[in-house]
Amino acid sequence: MGATASHLGKDLLSEYQELTFLTKQEILLAHKRFTELLSREDKNLPDPRAPTEAILTLPELKSNPFRERIVRVFSTSESRDGLTFEDFLDLLSAFSDSATLEIKSHYAFRIFDFDDDGTLDENDLEKLVNCLTGETDETRLTPDEMKQLISNILEESDIDKDGTVNLSEFQHVISRSPDFVSSFKIVL
Amino acid sequence: KPTSGRKRRRRRESKKERKKDEGRGSRNAQHAVDSGERTEKERQRKRRKDREEKAEHVQSLDKSKVNSRDFEGEGEDEEVEEEEEEVEKEVRPETLTPEELEKLKEAVDDKKKLIQALRGKPWPMKKKHSTLRESQEFLEKYEGALGKGKGRKLYAYKVMMNKKWMKFKRDFENFTTACIPWEMKIKEIESHFGSSVASYFIFLRWMYGINMILFGLTFGLVMVPEALMGRPYGSMPRKTVPRAEETNAMDFAVLWDFGGYAQYSVLFYGYYNSQRAIGWLKFRMPLSYFLVGVGTVAYSYMVVIRKMARNANETGGGDENSFNFSWKTFTSWDYLIGNPETADNKFASITTSFKEAILEEQESRKDDNIHLTRFLRVLANFLVLCCLAGSGYLIYFVVRRSQKFALEGFENHTWWERNEVNMVMSLLGMFCPMLFDVISALENYHPRVALQWQLGRIFALFLGNLYTFIIALMDEINLKRKEEDVVQFNMTMWEASLHNNTADNSTAPPLFTHPADVPRGPCWETMVGQEFVRLIISDTMTTYITLLIGDFLRAVLVRFLNYCWCWDLEAGFPSYSEFDVSGNVLGLIFNQGMIWMGAFYAPCLPALNVLRLHVSMYLQCWAVMCCNVPQERVFKASGSNNFYMAMLLVILFLSTLPAIYTIVTIPPSFDCGPFSGKARMFDVIQETLESDFPAWISKVFSYAANPGLVLPFMLLMVLAIYYLQSTSKSYKEANVELKKKLQMPLPPPVVAMPTKERPPGTQPGTRGKVNHPGCRESRARRDGDEDVRVCEREDLCSESNMRRHAGNLGWLTSGQNI
Repeated sequence: MGATASHLGKDLLSEYQELTFLTKQEILLAHKRFTELLSREDKNLPDPRAPTEAILTLPELKSNPFRERIVRVFSTSESRDGLTFEDFLDLLSAFSDSATLEIKSHYAFRIFDFDDDGTLDENDLEKLVNCLTGETDETRLTPDEMKQLISNILEESDIDKDGTVNLSEFQHVISRSPDFVSSFKIVL
Repeated sequence: KPTSGRKRRRRRESKKERKKDEGRGSRNAQHAVDSGERTEKERQRKRRKDREEKAEHVQSLDKSKVNSRDFEGEGEDEEVEEEEEEVEKEVRPETLTPEELEKLKEAVDDKKKLIQALRGKPWPMKKKHSTLRESQEFLEKYEGALGKGKGRKLYAYKVMMNKKWMKFKRDFENFTTACIPWEMKIKEIESHFGSSVASYFIFLRWMYGINMILFGLTFGLVMVPEALMGRPYGSMPRKTVPRAEETNAMDFAVLWDFGGYAQYSVLFYGYYNSQRAIGWLKFRMPLSYFLVGVGTVAYSYMVVIRKMARNANETGGGDENSFNFSWKTFTSWDYLIGNPETADNKFASITTSFKEAILEEQESRKDDNIHLTRFLRVLANFLVLCCLAGSGYLIYFVVRRSQKFALEGFENHTWWERNEVNMVMSLLGMFCPMLFDVISALENYHPRVALQWQLGRIFALFLGNLYTFIIALMDEINLKRKEEDVVQFNMTMWEASLHNNTADNSTAPPLFTHPADVPRGPCWETMVGQEFVRLIISDTMTTYITLLIGDFLRAVLVRFLNYCWCWDLEAGFPSYSEFDVSGNVLGLIFNQGMIWMGAFYAPCLPALNVLRLHVSMYLQCWAVMCCNVPQERVFKASGSNNFYMAMLLVILFLSTLPAIYTIVTIPPSFDCGPFSGKARMFDVIQETLESDFPAWISKVFSYAANPGLVLPFMLLMVLAIYYLQSTSKSYKEANVELKKKLQMPLPPPVVAMPTKERPPGTQPGTRGKVNHPGCRESRARRDGDEDVRVCEREDLCSESNMRRHAGNLGWLTSGQNI
């Protein structure tokens, strides 16, 4: 799409500034970091796609329990594998400091929606809590605690009582939270 | 042919898509595919939300009523006639009627708004890009054409200026973001320690910014003019080191105490001359000094309140506990964490917080021994009060002692006795919070509540110490003022003796006395400034030494002694220290309070503070990365954000009170400072009004100061406050009502009664008749003893083949003959 791996054109740069929440320096830094992730052959392709494994080696994503979901959500390929540079910019824009609450909550919802069905049902919530409590067995919750936790969450957030949390209920909960905007941030 | 509205729109859109396809080629293939389906299914929540957005987008295009303004603009003549909408024509401004011009303008504005809002839309980049390009082309084509005739040039010029302005704004924003200092350092800390520790450093950076501005004001408007344009050192008694002190004026010890040459310089109040206008610029020095003092306070108020308002907006002012579990689940992960060790810590803390919250929710409060708990809490509070009273008394005692020492002369005492006051205050500030921590173990509160109590007590401690210090200072000021009368008497005697000497030799030139020899009046303002400067220096030293010993030395010991110690130093006691966010923030706030208090009497204080904050930033960043470990229990600092701002505001108010009191009640020293010779310091304003401004302004001010005008104005302000408060209360109540409405159960869905299956497109008519398109009226025939209704359209009409048996009720479906 006009960006070779080595150099970002000037109009493209200004268009990206228009379309994302990133500043010029951030876009250039993102371009640099992205090209480092590409393999040698890919660098010469017109619209290279960095493979998921390479992206997961980024230090900003390495320790994140949602890293695979993040890559899946922002990927535009059919198999949802790997990010182009524009997907990468979308990712950084949504996680940037100046992004609005609406866009952050939109993407957070999609990241938490593990089965991609548009709502957060009990399975999604269970997977979400397991991600948050870590991989080892000592830190996981017992099944009873998990059930109790999920029912508490649904009681708080599910306004229309259909057993799932949809996007507007999620956004309603998130908009009241004082911590969300400051913690939902990734900076290169 | 009559077509339904929906069909018509569908046809128009599909025509648009076809045109787009022809015109654009593959780039719009995605558009066409996406908007191909235009049924209700599209409105359902699908995985690809961008399709929904696309539908909205195309709808908005429709709504903008730019029908048939195609991007190619040619070659659609035959299809045009089919349309029932407006006839397409090429855009020429003269041919457009005003309504069309309006619609075009609306469309242009819509496009502009769309471009502005593009970055906030959750679409993939490809889609955003193509939308941007489309909109930009549209704007290019039609925006220039909008200006009519002569206005066109101006319009095009305005458009071009607007574009340049947008670009300038964007570049400026990029520049300002690049200018923010220490961004990389803070980011590193964020990734290692999370956002609560980083919030302290962000707060430090913000304070640094405020102090830079205060420094700019005092340096540029007070210190520099006096240094450049005022009378130089040694030309006046107040600007010269007295003869008696000259011998050791350059000693390091004296300079460190801010005596000697440091005292008689622009750094302190006493150096400034009270001449009304100095230099060739006629710079009004006393006025500038007064206004800068007032201005620093006013600026600080403004900045703090603005920050508080912004914080309040962000949090939305919501109820804290209603979404407890949801927030823990959705917002507890800190995406800035980039370090595996921190991530593990975070996992552990999240698990703990879940388990705790679940336990709390499940168990009802087991108050098995509520009386014991209450008793313990009362006891704890009593102990804390004792501590506070004890520390207050200790400070008072030490200050009195230092006054005694001062009377005896400082040279006879050891270093400790000379700096007793400052050291005692700093040590108290260090040890008492630890004591409070221990006492609070008695209380058995929830950790967050305990933290708030702790912060409140430390706040009370610092405040008590500061005010005791000020009261002691006031005693010294009064002493000095009494001294003034004595000195003034002595001075008149001395001058008289001088004149007596010269009176004998009337032809001899008047005796020149070196300024260093002239007897000096006491200068309480400089003394106050000096005390504050010394306090701040000792406070800074204490902080740094505590940091080095408490954190660094401890870390070194734990690390290296671990090899040869009996128990595991790293896991058990003492292990590495954690970064104490709240303690550090409080220290910063109080430091700033002292600056605000003393800045009027020692213009060097903001400069000193800038230096201090600069060094603190680097030192503490290094110490945190080197010696601290991430916290085990992570408390969100954000809830405390406004708490810290509120404390800063209170401190600001309380620290400006003493300065204001002294300005308003105590007359300035007669022998030093820019206000010497006046009855009160604020007389300088009066003087300026009278001499520098035309006569009518002073008349206006005298009217404005009239109580008859001031009182109604104050009454008006009180009424305005009352009104605003009652409207805000009513908004809050409306908010609560709306929230309740959201949570009310939805009305049960209307259950439709099961009806006979009707083929699509038909509607039930009156009894016996079916009104579907193409239904002819029943042709009743007598078929034996039956009336038979027959309709041409058997497939559509459910009533065809109905037979009505004479005497039977109702119509039966075909095939059922009774």
